[in-house]
Amino acid sequence: MTDVRPALSLDRIVKTFPGVRALDDVSFSVLPGEVHALMGENGAGKSTLMKVLGGIHQPDEGQIIVGDQPVVMASPLEAKSKGIVFIHQELSLAAELSVAENIWLGELPRKSFNRVDWPTLFTQTDAILKKLSVRFDARTKVGDLSIANQQMVEIARALTVDAKAVIFDEPTASLTDAEKVVLFDVIDDLKAHAVGIIYISHRMEEIFKMTDRISVLRDGQFRGTLTTSETSDEDVTQLMIGRKLDLSRNETHHEVGDTAIEVRGLSCGNLYKDVSFEVRRGEVVGFYGLVGAGRTEIAETLFGLREPTQGMILLEGKETSIRSSADAIARGISLVPEDRKAQGLVLGMNCRDNMTLPQIDDLTAGPFVAEGSEVAIFDQYRDRLDIRTPGWKQLVGNLSGGNQQKIVIGKWLSMHPSVLIVDEPTRGIDVGSKAEIHNLIRELAAHGYAVIVISSEMPEILHVSDRIIAMYNGNIMRTFTSDEVTEENLIQAISGIQGDQTPRSEMLMTHSDITST
Amino acid sequence: MRPDIFSTALKRGAIWAFVVLELIFFSIAGEFFAVTDKAFMDFDNMLLLLKQSAPIGIIAIGMTIVMINGNIDLSVGATFALAAIVMLDAMTWPIFGGLGNAVIPFAWMLALLTGVALGAINGLLVWKTGVDAFIVTLGAMLGYRGLVFMYNGEQPTSHLNWTLVDFAEAQFLGLHTASWFLLAVTIVLWLVMTRTVHGRNAYAIGDNREAAVNAGIRVGPHIMINFMIVGFLAALSAVVFYSETGSVNPNDGALFELWAITAVVLGGTKLTGGSGSIIATLGGVIAIQLLRKGLGHIGADTETVNLVIGLILIAVLFLDRQLNVRTRQTLRT
Amino acid sequence: MPNVSKEQIGSILARQGILIAFVLFMIAFALGNARFLDPDNLMGVVRSSAILGVMALGVTFVVISGNLDLSVGSMMSFSTIVVLDLHDKIGPELAIPSMFAMTLCLGAFIGFLVGYLRLNSLIVTLGMLSAIHGLTLTYSGGQNMDIADKEGTWFSVFGQGTALGIPVPILMFALLAAVLGIILAKTPFGRKVYAVGGNGVAATFSGIRRARIVFLCYLLSAFCVATAGLIQASRSMGSQNTVGQGLELEVLAAVILGGASLLGGSGTVFKTVIGVLILGFIQNGLLLMGLQFYVQFIVTWVIIILAVWLDIAAKRGKLWSPIA
Repeated sequence: MTDVRPALSLDRIVKTFPGVRALDDVSFSVLPGEVHALMGENGAGKSTLMKVLGGIHQPDEGQIIVGDQPVVMASPLEAKSKGIVFIHQELSLAAELSVAENIWLGELPRKSFNRVDWPTLFTQTDAILKKLSVRFDARTKVGDLSIANQQMVEIARALTVDAKAVIFDEPTASLTDAEKVVLFDVIDDLKAHAVGIIYISHRMEEIFKMTDRISVLRDGQFRGTLTTSETSDEDVTQLMIGRKLDLSRNETHHEVGDTAIEVRGLSCGNLYKDVSFEVRRGEVVGFYGLVGAGRTEIAETLFGLREPTQGMILLEGKETSIRSSADAIARGISLVPEDRKAQGLVLGMNCRDNMTLPQIDDLTAGPFVAEGSEVAIFDQYRDRLDIRTPGWKQLVGNLSGGNQQKIVIGKWLSMHPSVLIVDEPTRGIDVGSKAEIHNLIRELAAHGYAVIVISSEMPEILHVSDRIIAMYNGNIMRTFTSDEVTEENLIQAISGIQGDQTPRSEMLMTHSDITST
Repeated sequence: MRPDIFSTALKRGAIWAFVVLELIFFSIAGEFFAVTDKAFMDFDNMLLLLKQSAPIGIIAIGMTIVMINGNIDLSVGATFALAAIVMLDAMTWPIFGGLGNAVIPFAWMLALLTGVALGAINGLLVWKTGVDAFIVTLGAMLGYRGLVFMYNGEQPTSHLNWTLVDFAEAQFLGLHTASWFLLAVTIVLWLVMTRTVHGRNAYAIGDNREAAVNAGIRVGPHIMINFMIVGFLAALSAVVFYSETGSVNPNDGALFELWAITAVVLGGTKLTGGSGSIIATLGGVIAIQLLRKGLGHIGADTETVNLVIGLILIAVLFLDRQLNVRTRQTLRT
Repeated sequence: MPNVSKEQIGSILARQGILIAFVLFMIAFALGNARFLDPDNLMGVVRSSAILGVMALGVTFVVISGNLDLSVGSMMSFSTIVVLDLHDKIGPELAIPSMFAMTLCLGAFIGFLVGYLRLNSLIVTLGMLSAIHGLTLTYSGGQNMDIADKEGTWFSVFGQGTALGIPVPILMFALLAAVLGIILAKTPFGRKVYAVGGNGVAATFSGIRRARIVFLCYLLSAFCVATAGLIQASRSMGSQNTVGQGLELEVLAAVILGGASLLGGSGTVFKTVIGVLILGFIQNGLLLMGLQFYVQFIVTWVIIILAVWLDIAAKRGKLWSPIA
């Protein structure tokens, strides 16, 4: 295949952000008619690479070559005009407009007086929709379509230009099996037309079914390209995880104390059902499952942000009702939330004020905020967590992801909670900070905290947890001690393979599929 | 049928259902409380209602397209007053002396141009500076009002032209001139928003600005054109209205922006942009005017109108929120 | 190097622009007319800015918490009419607290709608602008309100009196500004107002009762409005129903001029006071320079847009917006 000129190639791309080398010398190429998988853990640099390809970011070094021309793309529009088309995970459609209008947005056919040429528009659209063999009409309002059909609209949009390369970002995330089949047919069709395809996914089975080659990114660096037919999921995983991060299984065991929090028969509508578990002092309990399994929702319920429909929560053996986050905090529960920027921090506030926000009512001298105590708390946790910032006056929005996350963790540690819940504690942060946060979680347990860790990364959950609760579709499938857990039985548990609710149509998950999530 | 399709249909027709409800209510209540013997649903009364809706109505139509675009215009009241002054004053300018009634089209043209120019200034500022439209037009509301006062201090500007008055008071097929203008504006703008590339792009920009930019739509010129249209319509509203009265006070048109926004919101246009309908705004305008007249008809103090409209606006907002189902399981944030 | 200095100028302008503008205006007006710096003149300006200023203090809290309040103008008319009416009926001693209670009820209602029911503040307060205007007209029957015995009451002290040689309205404005400034900058409540406006979701995730904070901001705004109504009533001893009409947007202009972002999370009481004073001094300075009163409208328009524009230009590092 080497004598074929690539449809798209990247040559030694470097992109840095303040404090982070997001892309470090990345090179790979996509041949015409090839489906090329791009894999890597969260934070490995995939999304930055896509933004560089899409004209949203400009590379600091290196070049992008389409066909045989080096190109500079200053905007998404320019990327499209060069033949690079994206099918985004987050849809970029106008809900009020029709399918046809969305597909031809920016290029609506015109008649005199700037009128839309509806017959031409619909004829053109019908031709494309026919290729995709979709069931909806060109006149349907996009807002009335299902997510899967909206994605089809996005794909249809890609077919309107002479695409050299089409990039699919997690295209199957919200599709049913039947819809996936249609999508795969579309991809095959593009392939037949010598379009180069970059396929980003965490689902190993799809990768092995659909792609020709696999390129792997780790920590912003290009780790190599494998030929799909000659490799195995273990090899790919090996490349993705690397050896940099110590993710050995948790072997340390210390004394566990009394039960700090217990949940009995807790349900919240159809988000999760009949959940019971307990967490003791000095213990780290990991919650593992696919996105949407109900883990975050349980955390939010314990933190008073959701009202359970059934069941009870017991703190130190006493039944308690938690009606708001303020209640939860007063009862010694802290939550490091999933989405750091949206839920964890006020980005326009300085580091100190963010850190002391939950206890501001207690840090007072008379009616006033005791700023001295605030600075003292900030200094203490800056040193303890090694937060790198010029000073407490720095706006949190200017810090790197890892330091931001440490501010959030410091905020909750400074509350001295009896139960600490951390939801995706290392999402999107660098390897160094990850290791620090892992160590911190273990250390906190050793100091007698009851810790709940929610994570979608299997190595992480295996590394930090004393016990692991596997969830699937809103149910607890099984609780493992660290002695009995294996990667295989954990995967089976979170895929719903044991238990009654197993939908047989569900794709069988493989081990590596999960590790990469 | 999916339930949300039903609720969408309900929401789209809601303003007209409300109008019908008002008609029924005031007709029945009028039987008991009416201060006059005339029936509320009297034909002449309804014709008059349409005419009285026109000044705010024409502006509200323009406000709708700006809001669909994701912006807002608080300066329409001042633009209205300034255009009126330009029209009335221009008819007395020496350079037009000797033209007789031929001065009228010139005066109208100048007034309309004034509106377009003021709208263009707003649009250009929103486009080029990136300052929020709320702030740009809030400033313009003061600035344009300053220009109004500059003309004639606190004195009214008057010039009665009987040809114009006759024109404004004329009825064609039973409808007054102002009503015709309102209907024409509604239809033309409805066509613009539903049939032209500009209109469709305006929806796309208001709905998902990033997607519109990525699709290569030039957002700035569309924003500017919509501001020019609303300026033009504010001026059109003024020339129609003041052709009849012939005298403008420098404070005229104050609070028009708030009335227009109220009508637009009653018609279901979202403040965040991307959805809304010209026809529904007409419904909102008529609903407000009906309420005004209806309350008068049943002998309620005219003062209560403001109270009722304000509370209805809040009630509509509340109902809209309740329709978008919130369950107990929603995240409390 | 020119780039660097440009950026530095930009950041200084962004942080201190409003103060710099204020000083420049003062210098320009002082050069334009010697009488401008006359203490009596300066005092007069502050005095006539007091009503607008007091209202702007409350609106500052609302805006920082991420909301708008367009109802303050008609609410101020309501307070004025009510206190004038009650003055003759139950005497000033009871009229003043009654008026405050009624105004606070209105504020509480808005706070409930926006804070607890989470309705859009622009539309709610737009509706309340209209509703309270209707309420005022219904209350007064559309009639002007006058105090019958203008000489025989101490009620005039709030608008016309002086203490320590300083007009009472100025003292009330200064006192309220100091107290509210300290509350906003130094107390846990103030910190929470910033947090709620900066990122309401993150505030909730930090245990802050967001609805309560928003509610309190509107209550505070109503308190300021009632105070402004008191000054207005006491100064004129009689009033039309529309005395506060249009003030809501002028108040907002002062707050924005002070650098508060409509998105919430930024602004200070001190800067709002500067915003109010700039509006007042421009009016006065231009009048003294022999310019007509309407010139201040136009100047205000220009400086509002310039102030906000420079602010966001400094933040994005580019003068012109990137909109195509």
